[in-house]
Amino acid sequence: MTEREKILGRIREALTLSAPMPGKHHSPAAHSSVNGHAVASASDWLPLVGEAFESQITTFRTCSTELKTDFQLFDSHEHLTSKLQEISRAESWQQIASHGGNLALPAAESLGLPILRTDSPYDVVALEKCDVGITECDALVAQTGSVLVTSRSAGGRALSVLPPHHVVIARREQLLADLPSAFALLQKKYASNYPSFISFITGPSRTGDIERILVLGAHGPKKLTVLCF
Amino acid sequence: MSAASQFKEEAHEITRDLRHRQLIQTALGKYEIKRDEKKAAFQDWQAARQAAAETKWDAINHLDTYLQEFATKLEARGTKVHWASTAPQARDIILNIIREKKARTIVKSKAMTAEEIHLNDALEKSGFEVVESDLGEFIVQLRHEPPYHIVFPAMHLTRGDISELFARELGSAPTDSPEELTMIARRALRNKYVTADVGITGANFAIAETGMISITENEGNARLTAALPKTMISLLGIEKVLPKMEDLALFLPMLATAGAGQTITGYNSLYGGPRQPGESDGPDEFHVVLLDNRRTELLADAEQRDALHCIRCGACLNVCPIFRNVGGHTYGTTYSGPIGSVITPHLRGLQDWKHLSSASSLCGACTEACPVKIDLHHHLLHNRRNSATEKPNRLEKLGLKLFAFVVNHPAFYSLAKKMGRLMQPLHALVKGTRIDPAYGWTQSRDLPTMPRQSFKDWWRTRP
Repeated sequence: MTEREKILGRIREALTLSAPMPGKHHSPAAHSSVNGHAVASASDWLPLVGEAFESQITTFRTCSTELKTDFQLFDSHEHLTSKLQEISRAESWQQIASHGGNLALPAAESLGLPILRTDSPYDVVALEKCDVGITECDALVAQTGSVLVTSRSAGGRALSVLPPHHVVIARREQLLADLPSAFALLQKKYASNYPSFISFITGPSRTGDIERILVLGAHGPKKLTVLCF
Repeated sequence: MSAASQFKEEAHEITRDLRHRQLIQTALGKYEIKRDEKKAAFQDWQAARQAAAETKWDAINHLDTYLQEFATKLEARGTKVHWASTAPQARDIILNIIREKKARTIVKSKAMTAEEIHLNDALEKSGFEVVESDLGEFIVQLRHEPPYHIVFPAMHLTRGDISELFARELGSAPTDSPEELTMIARRALRNKYVTADVGITGANFAIAETGMISITENEGNARLTAALPKTMISLLGIEKVLPKMEDLALFLPMLATAGAGQTITGYNSLYGGPRQPGESDGPDEFHVVLLDNRRTELLADAEQRDALHCIRCGACLNVCPIFRNVGGHTYGTTYSGPIGSVITPHLRGLQDWKHLSSASSLCGACTEACPVKIDLHHHLLHNRRNSATEKPNRLEKLGLKLFAFVVNHPAFYSLAKKMGRLMQPLHALVKGTRIDPAYGWTQSRDLPTMPRQSFKDWWRTRP
């Protein structure tokens, strides 16, 4: 018998005794709809998010401020690109990394710097030396101020975490209200073949491991910039 | 020394350590403010707890089905799933993978399950260098210490302690800035990520529906560990299962709120396999090791089965008056605080670890704090009951029988009262010393002087 069979056997034997439901003073009937029930209502329990775009963008902005994410909204890709150039000059970027997306690549190219592309196999040491990783995303989540990325939408696993500055280029339509809608999107978009990596990025890399004092840039990016148009 | 006497001795020492007390109170005070703020942002925290508890109930009470679904889905996309009944088996599985890869350096992100099986010791004894990448874990690794707290491993240290440690071990210049200390660790570890051959991680959740593991972290060290080395190994307990990916919409913010007072943790990442066709990076091999290590024994205890719902947020530690006084190391266990006191007797033997269930005020703060509604303080009582049933204390039983006899016979009772009053002045001679028969009670408490007249006597003679 394999260990797999042994463990599953022990589990089945253990489960012949049934355990009381949580909140056992209620009748079991009140908890009959365990499967799916929790999720259908998660939006009703999680922090409230408005329905209108304006109110969601305000929530995203408020979260960003708290998280120390630099979030900026533009009325065109052109304005966004000129902001990116401004940041590039201010931080004197020398080497940049990006991937072949329709939004990210043109923005990166406009900087006139050598670009390391991570959408095909690349040199990790070279990526580590880049000043910035410019990526796209799958969605922005207003409720939490998160950026949803996958290995497919954001140039692999490392581009959005290895360079010291992560810049996200997003469209307004990508703003979602809350976490349940983000998971619904993932399911709709990828259910037949999920990317091997999915991540909710919420703020720059941070730690509170020394006396519970917040420090940014523990191992990942010290800065997270979200440029949206 | 037995685990119980060691616990008693260390608790006795550390409760008098004012510096330790100050550090813990400050750290947890900051946590409490943020936690309350984030909890208040929920539209209905209590309904969310109930839903989370029900989802975990479903997962644990259909564990065989969900585990098979999880493993099958992972395997379908090229992940190798390993099953380990015991800690030595899990260590051997991991060592064999590492040997086969002829690895030299291993980078590791935080995993309590790895602490549970003493993985680092085993790796180092076999001649491999393993580097903890989470800042707190990196610090306690340099000190050759286990983590102090399941979420905040270095909570017991000041920046001064850490600066000294880094100066000694890494040769860095002393500093009192947490920012600079963090950057010293960042620089020390950067190169490790790029050169390591193997990355080892834990997992916070295992998603059955899609065959993915979910890792929650703030620093990005787990993301780097899962992105750069050619081989990735994730070690997780079999109880980590959640039925559906969308369950995370509830569990991620609840874990962050209860655990660290955040709306959501910095990085919540899902990994569903090694590098897939068309992907540009990620490991060539992905191994998932599923660990039992007596979890199935806890599963067989239907009364305490909900202890397997635990998502290791640490909220019960943070509110526990015992933890806040004795600290994390005193427990002498991988999992400390109320959840540790509940599960350790199941994982490592009831008689050796029953004392932890008595080190409790039974105030219920843990149960209240638990985001998945584990009935923690009642389980401490269940452990006490089970240990007494399994191995009765004959002296205690005799004593209680004697007491029952005396209080049931008024003549003896009245005699005992009179004797007590007469003998009490003599007690003062031995009070608080080792020859005091009531030492356990009187060493730190005063026994009030028995009045000359009892209520009963007064009642009989009242005017």
